[in-house]
Amino acid sequence: MKILVCITHVPDTTAKISFTDNDTKFDANGVQFIIGPYDDYALARAVELKEASGGSVTVLNVGTAETEPTIRKALAIGADDAIRINAEPTDSMFVAQQIANHAKDGGYDLIMMGRESIDFNGGMVHGMVGELLGMPAISPVMQLDIEGETAKLAREIEGGKEYLELSLPFVAGCQEPIAEWKIPNMRGIMSARSKKLEVIEPTDATEAATLEKYEMPPAKGEVKMIDADNVEELVQLLKNEAKVL
Amino acid sequence: MAILVFIEHAEGVVKKSSLEAVSYAAAMGDEVIGLAVGSIDEGALKAAGNAGASKVLHVTDEKLEKGIIQAYAQVINQAMESTGAEILVLAKSSLGDPVAARVAAKQGAGFVSNVSDLPDTSNGFKVKRSIYTGKAFANVEIKTDKKILGLKKNAVELKTDGSEATVEKFDVLLSDDSFKVTITSQDKATGEILLPEAELVVSGGRGMKGPENWGMIEELAKTLGAATGCSKPVSDMGWRPHHEHVGQTGVKVSPQLYVAIGISGAIQHLAGVNSSKNIVVINKDPEAPFFAAADYGIVGDAFEVVPKLTEALKAAQN
Ligand SMILES: Cc1cc2nc3c(=O)[nH]c(=O)nc-3n(C[C@H](O)[C@H](O)[C@H](O)COP(=O)(O)OP(=O)(O)OC[C@H]3O[C@@H](n4cnc5c(N)ncnc54)[C@H](O)[C@@H]3O)c2cc1C
Repeated sequence: MKILVCITHVPDTTAKISFTDNDTKFDANGVQFIIGPYDDYALARAVELKEASGGSVTVLNVGTAETEPTIRKALAIGADDAIRINAEPTDSMFVAQQIANHAKDGGYDLIMMGRESIDFNGGMVHGMVGELLGMPAISPVMQLDIEGETAKLAREIEGGKEYLELSLPFVAGCQEPIAEWKIPNMRGIMSARSKKLEVIEPTDATEAATLEKYEMPPAKGEVKMIDADNVEELVQLLKNEAKVL
Repeated sequence: MAILVFIEHAEGVVKKSSLEAVSYAAAMGDEVIGLAVGSIDEGALKAAGNAGASKVLHVTDEKLEKGIIQAYAQVINQAMESTGAEILVLAKSSLGDPVAARVAAKQGAGFVSNVSDLPDTSNGFKVKRSIYTGKAFANVEIKTDKKILGLKKNAVELKTDGSEATVEKFDVLLSDDSFKVTITSQDKATGEILLPEAELVVSGGRGMKGPENWGMIEELAKTLGAATGCSKPVSDMGWRPHHEHVGQTGVKVSPQLYVAIGISGAIQHLAGVNSSKNIVVINKDPEAPFFAAADYGIVGDAFEVVPKLTEALKAAQN
């Protein structure tokens, strides 16, 4: 089975978010970048599927040269080769078109990615890629098993799960507990250095939405501490001050 | 030009988040046409008029009883075409999000999700959206003629003073191609308050020590009329179902009140709760980072504080 895993290169979940250039650029100073946590789940499951029944895992990232350490990490986790489409991923539609353009002749049986990136949280690239390729796209997938040409999936819905069956190929936007995150081992890291990372130039695509300005939320007020022996005070505050009861 | 709003319903009731989407579209000033799919009473759809819809298109094709994503996308495409609507508004949901993504790709529409405020149309079409899991906002300009806005909860006040909408049956042409996916079953809590929609949430963390202690969390939630949530380790260990997991990699909530019990307040947990209006933290460790993000805090043992709080609430209700 030939699997394509699309990954994002995003600030670590503990990174301090701030902006520069008059609030038009993310301040990457001192920030560590990681494989998007949801993409990391997709990658882990793809590697498991390959280990169980053979095939290959290709990782794809739409990004500039700065993302290469993140792509190498995905190779160290177990992907076989990688493609970087050399462009700034500023817009979901643009990214989806790049992925679809690459995948349409790629012969992939399965295209996996995270349910959303953790920078822009758009959660739409998988659906767009599915539509552009005329394939089903399912998200958020929390369980994915393949039996021959048929896949069995569980998708999270409000208050529970939905179980689905469909044939390959399709697109899956993944989340936990589809697999456990994999930590690269020494051998993986060594072998990743010599795996193929191909850089291709983007094709013409639509940029549907453009950034004007970033903005930080208003600062939170001070916390009011209440004595553990006086929970009645909390009830009064919730009732009269917060007005939520 | 009319604005189309995708209206979802559960157990015979239009979802509050969808009524918010109708209110949002109404606040934009154009005619609002709703689109609802599946079996729901005409009366319940008429009530969408209170939120500002003049008309609701109702699709009752049996094949759509289950939410097949591709088929729903087809329905929306046809409704946009037939009404001439260039703007689609919908609430964030497990069905709406993937459906809207397909519609966007099909129509070349600019799609912005997690929209948190009304658009600014004084110069172009600009919307504010939440990014970095609620840690910041981005103001973006949509450049395409067709536009899709996926709303975050509480993006606008719910409008309730409109008048009854007319309900029209809407026939669609569905291609076999849209039914490549079979939904074999659903496993869904019924009658419970659903976490993503909840106005009040009581959430427990690893400090609760084990699933056997969730009785007091549920009792407090029941007293408040709240939904229950949890931290990631709690669902990872199987103490609670995954759909209760709140945070960066789980459900993002924006209730009026979030009560966090025995949760340390790791940045990834906070990412899922930072748009709550009020946060109460109960933790035995005065240094727990959650207190810095809280409005009200109690330092104490949950096993003593929570039952007392439940009692005090019950007393206040009487
Ligand atoms: C990429 C990534 C994504 C993540 N996503 C999420 C996410 O979506 N959601 C999430 O929750 N976490 C997430 N995490 C994990 C997160 O970092 C924390 O590990 C987790 O939130 C901790 O859960 P907790 O607060 O329940 O447990 P702990 O950190 O162990 O805290 C338990 C707390 O309970 C208190 N306590 C103990 N006993 C009592 C008592 N008797 N009474 C009162 N208080 C008591 C302790 O003082 C402590 O503060 C993520 C991590 C990573 C790396």
